Amino acid sequence: MTSIGTGYDLANSIFSPDGRNFQVEYAVKAVENGGTSVGIRCKDGVVLAVEKLVTSKLLKPNANKRIATVDRHLGVVYSGMIPDGRHFIERARDEARSWRDTFKTPIATADLASRMGGYLQAYTLYQSVRPFGITAIVGGFDSTAELPVDGEVGSGPSVGAGGKVAGKTHGGPGLYMIEPSGLYWGYYGAATGKGRQAAKAELEKLDLGGPGGPALTLEEAVKEAARIIYVAHDDDKEFELEMTWISGSDGPTKGLHQEVPKALREEAERLAKKAQEDKVDE
Amino acid sequence: MDHRPQAWGRPRDDVYGAYDASYLQTTGPKTATQAPVVTGTSVIAIKFKDGVVMAADNLASYGSLARFTDVKRLRPFLSTSIVGFGGDVSDMQFLDRHLNELAIDEAYEHDHAETPSPSDDSTTTTQPPRGQLNAANLHKYLSKLMYRRRSDFDPLWNQILVAGLDSASKPFLASVDLRGTTFSSPSLATGFGAMLAQPIMRRFAATEEDAAKLTREQAVDVVKECMKVLFYRDARSLDRYSLAVVTKDGVELREDEQLEKQSWAFAERIRGYGTQTV
Repeated sequence: MTSIGTGYDLANSIFSPDGRNFQVEYAVKAVENGGTSVGIRCKDGVVLAVEKLVTSKLLKPNANKRIATVDRHLGVVYSGMIPDGRHFIERARDEARSWRDTFKTPIATADLASRMGGYLQAYTLYQSVRPFGITAIVGGFDSTAELPVDGEVGSGPSVGAGGKVAGKTHGGPGLYMIEPSGLYWGYYGAATGKGRQAAKAELEKLDLGGPGGPALTLEEAVKEAARIIYVAHDDDKEFELEMTWISGSDGPTKGLHQEVPKALREEAERLAKKAQEDKVDE
Repeated sequence: MDHRPQAWGRPRDDVYGAYDASYLQTTGPKTATQAPVVTGTSVIAIKFKDGVVMAADNLASYGSLARFTDVKRLRPFLSTSIVGFGGDVSDMQFLDRHLNELAIDEAYEHDHAETPSPSDDSTTTTQPPRGQLNAANLHKYLSKLMYRRRSDFDPLWNQILVAGLDSASKPFLASVDLRGTTFSSPSLATGFGAMLAQPIMRRFAATEEDAAKLTREQAVDVVKECMKVLFYRDARSLDRYSLAVVTKDGVELREDEQLEKQSWAFAERIRGYGTQTV
């Protein structure tokens, strides 16, 4: 950081002569200190996982959840400054609600990512604010079936909604990662936080973006997500693994964002620990 | 020329004569909904030993015109409760969207309730997560909402039945109407059903003890029989209806039931109206 002390890092809305916004880069540093978050988009859903670092023995285990639900079909996990993440979620819920108020239909994952990307970007523009110290991973499953409009009572015209292309499918799993700059991309697998490098290396080994779509199933993805969090974890600190998933309406969560059942999570953790030990033995 | 801001955009008095401001009157009685427009008729429900059965036909009438024939008037809430709406359909839609919002808020509060795993004992997994709104809570909420609206002289023109389980996991059934009046009974019916179906249901479940002896099949049969009687005698009813059964395992809702084994033989014996002379 040779530019520290040049004065260009003192506020948002000032570029340095070489075209950088230092406040945003410092926000990224805040993210890099947070517990690792991982998102995997697979064949039949999305898995979100976070390495929740235990900051005090006085905290109740499995309380203080880090992954939040937005609307019913969307989940958000983030790394970095937790209060910033809480505010991010509050805003995401407001966006999802106002979308429903306007369109009488649930917000699509891509639309929520776009709205939130725009929101974060606005926090890089003004003297009076600082950027968000988080990178958020937004996962969702947009219904593949034609949904009734909220409050609809009858079936409406039998010809269905307009603009349909025969044979074209709609909806499906979506995964987006939004950075402090407001930058967001859709991902097959996303990782952020302290262990992101190791996590990304592991994600790249998975079959997530094959020509016929991802081959990984939801249950396999849960196990991989747990393993990746364990791989990315720095050994000397205690942590809890928190995992949620979203499947389609025919899957285990019936289109809802829910916590992975305890039995499956414990199984995934057992396999993750075993994989760790096997590696040490080699 | 009159350049005062009050006169901006107004027709000039010297050209058009004095401005008639009578239509700008803001005094006078407030005229909120004074009558329902598109309406649904009866909703009926009866408790049985493990839960509650509810039914309502799929008709929305515009006065006496059978205007919409595929209207779903039974709405599940959080897959733990069922809400049946009689009365104005647009107010029902408003309430439905409002309850949807409430259900989403519930999803936030109980941050991602765990997916029940298939291996778990089915008696424990199907209970709503602790603290989640049950039918009794939902009914209380709706009664406050309805009473508030009637106190604002802007009632939601509905009669509502709420069915599900209470906090002790016992079958729960209660009603609330456009005045915020609440009522609870082993069997309940709104609209014409209160006259025609209620006496039939009371034959099978006059008391809570009677209701606790009814099986699910018996309760469904009683409700089907009542729907038939309602179709015979209520001119604003339809032979296609929705039937919901709510138990601890959740809500089973069938929205395209058809009345079976109708017999109109009794109609010939009815005298005393129309063009008959005898």
